[in-house]
Amino acid sequence: MRWFWIDRFLEFECGRRAKAIKNISLAEEHLQDHFPGYPVMPASLIVEGAAQTGGLLVAQCSDFREKVVLAKVSSARFYAEAVPGDTLIYTATIEALQKDGASVQVTVHRQEELLAELQLMFAHLDGEFADKTLFKPKTLLFWLRALGTFQVGRLPDGGPLHEPDWMRQAEAADPD
Amino acid sequence: MPTKEEIYQKVQAALVDALGVEQEEVTPEATLVGDLGAESIDFLDIVFRLEKAFDIKIPQNELVPQDILTNAQYVKDGRLTPEGLAALQQRIPFVDLSKFAENPVVQDFPNVMTVGDICRYVEMKLGVA
Repeated sequence: MRWFWIDRFLEFECGRRAKAIKNISLAEEHLQDHFPGYPVMPASLIVEGAAQTGGLLVAQCSDFREKVVLAKVSSARFYAEAVPGDTLIYTATIEALQKDGASVQVTVHRQEELLAELQLMFAHLDGEFADKTLFKPKTLLFWLRALGTFQVGRLPDGGPLHEPDWMRQAEAADPD
Repeated sequence: MPTKEEIYQKVQAALVDALGVEQEEVTPEATLVGDLGAESIDFLDIVFRLEKAFDIKIPQNELVPQDILTNAQYVKDGRLTPEGLAALQQRIPFVDLSKFAENPVVQDFPNVMTVGDICRYVEMKLGVA
């Protein structure tokens, strides 16, 4: 299973807000067990979808160079179950950003209905983790492309978000 | 300009939200780490909440001077040197370091800061006498 819990970005306003879509399918394996005969998307995976939406938004602020990790779920409230056939819309908004990390608010909607609200803290890994790699640049670039990040991404001045040169160079140098 | 009591109430609310503790636990004497269970990422959360609550900017290392606490010039064998202590006290005059100074082991520092210290920091930032 690929650990992708959003399908595509609908909007990506750099440094501010991102909106991502997640279509829930009965074909997802975990739904056979959660729960047998009563498939419901686990709330923990909704948190993951929120974290992927917010985490990539935060990572873009450093041109995807910082190692951004979900460090804390400050709050998470769920108001209804998400089931196969539902289309979830994650809207992540950066509330605060510093060198050490960021605070992001995420809402999850099914059409007009609010399904969940989350407050997430992301940290930039440094210190003893400075030399660690979370993703190979080409893997991250593949994911960002698959999500349509560069089709919808907009810089603060309204211009298009381009694939970072450093990632393209790293990809070219890593053909395997 | 908020009063000291208003500052205390907002700091209390920020800590209740950031640390998931009960309001009654957030007393002026309570230490953030020892009594309220704060972890390192919580300090960034607290900083963001204070910025929002008081409409202030808190630069990195201003509330918790990690730059001093990790500076080889000021730390010898895991303890702050007298120069390091002086630099720390100058940076965070809102914290009473007298007890910590008796045995300034760097890794004990996170347990020094109290709720009252945070209030005094905010008062200092806002210029509340």
